[in-house]
Amino acid sequence: MQVREYGPSALLVEVDSAGEAAALADWLRRVGERLRCEEIVPAARTVLLDGLRRAEDVARWRALLETWTPREDRPPGPLVELPTRYDGPDLERVAGLWRVTPAEVVARHTALEFVSAFCGFAPGFAYLTGLPPGWVVPRLAAPRPRVPAGSVGLADGFCGVYPSASPGGWLLLGRTEAVLWDLSSPEPALLAPGTRVRFVAVG
Amino acid sequence: MDSAPVRVSASRREAALLVVATGASSTIQDAGRPGFAHLGVPRSGALDRPAADFANRLVGNRRDAAVVESLLGGLTVRQTPDVDGVSGRAGRWVAVTGGRGPVTVVDGPAGRQVGYDEPVWLPAGAELRIGPLVAGLRCYLAVGGGIEVAPVLGSRATDSLSGIGPAPLRPGDTIRVGEVAGAPAPVDVPARRAATGLRLHPGPRPEWFATDALAELCRGLWTVQPDSDRVGLRLAGESVARRVGELASEPMVLGAVQIPPDGQPVVFLADHPTTGGYPVVGVVAEADLWQCAQARPGERISFRLDP
Repeated sequence: MQVREYGPSALLVEVDSAGEAAALADWLRRVGERLRCEEIVPAARTVLLDGLRRAEDVARWRALLETWTPREDRPPGPLVELPTRYDGPDLERVAGLWRVTPAEVVARHTALEFVSAFCGFAPGFAYLTGLPPGWVVPRLAAPRPRVPAGSVGLADGFCGVYPSASPGGWLLLGRTEAVLWDLSSPEPALLAPGTRVRFVAVG
Repeated sequence: MDSAPVRVSASRREAALLVVATGASSTIQDAGRPGFAHLGVPRSGALDRPAADFANRLVGNRRDAAVVESLLGGLTVRQTPDVDGVSGRAGRWVAVTGGRGPVTVVDGPAGRQVGYDEPVWLPAGAELRIGPLVAGLRCYLAVGGGIEVAPVLGSRATDSLSGIGPAPLRPGDTIRVGEVAGAPAPVDVPARRAATGLRLHPGPRPEWFATDALAELCRGLWTVQPDSDRVGLRLAGESVARRVGELASEPMVLGAVQIPPDGQPVVFLADHPTTGGYPVVGVVAEADLWQCAQARPGERISFRLDP
């Protein structure tokens, strides 16, 4: 673990994996309750502590971080199942990359249990871990100008679901009708960090 | 980017502003919604925070009251009939701060030029017209009582990246105004501000850049690009050398100076995305970010090292 200054009021903590970043962010929220900060943001291999207004806040968080033992375990979050129609434009491409049939891509994908490691890119866009290392696929060379809302995609070892239409470079397997981002809900992000996710083939 | 436009249609008894003209773009802003970056939600909020705060102080509002942020001026609003509960008069105190342009109050057939950076009485039924800005890029209109559209995730700010918050204002919109909280502060004089350059703190990844990258950034001449917006100030100049490749997605901070593959810096502003894959060479001091809100395309901006 390495702690870097990120300007005068933020710390960037580097860890070894998305799993560890998620566990660390969780832990910091729990044990750091009495310490002040504005944001605790996990990402692919880092956690940001932002809004540390005073030098003593920085010092206290640094001291707390020294007591962290690297681990990936965290209390399991709620399970969400996403009914998915596997008719995405890149299903065949992924089948080719994995050297299996499209039906086997669906079978593999629906057999996995993913975990939301972090959100970024757009509100409610969760980066899901759980794809075995041998099944990692690259992004598209150039992003599509418009990916429909609910699109389920893979890139760089993550699975993701687009909460709303946007440009996107991930390889698209299909679409879900589930609402990923709902401001009328007290928990607007369906796949908030920690949520376990399974995809269920429909249609 | 779906977001239900949050428009409140005010009853005739409630205080409101009728939007007559919006200029290039007028949005509702406040102190923003920090605290949701872990869900991918930008903090948003007024781009020139000191100017917005000052406008609120001038009309006796709390700091977190919502204001209108007008890009390049051209905003016209009409005060609907209402009594200011503190003064007992029909109308509201308003103030315009930030970028500079002609400000006129039109009451009946007569129009009179009024000042900016000071409280101005807007009688019920009168119009406030902000002309095209001649200096700066954004001005702020505060009204006594604050703009009272429904908050989203605790803030009334319009986030141009995600679409969260009230829709941008359109002519014909009626925006509700709250109860007056306090009296205006006519003796409050803002410190003269000059654009003296963006103080830079080192970024978290020096190994992605040359050892003298910050010094190079400070020596360079940077021109503000026309595609700058509330997400980022985009600069053109000599390419900043950096490692080839991309970082795994990592969290971003306000004021981060990101260096994309083309080497042209982007300073992250209020609507910046919460994560990114390009390395950050430095972080602009928060107190200097207002300069990014006011720098016009084509203008030069410079960096300097924070001593």
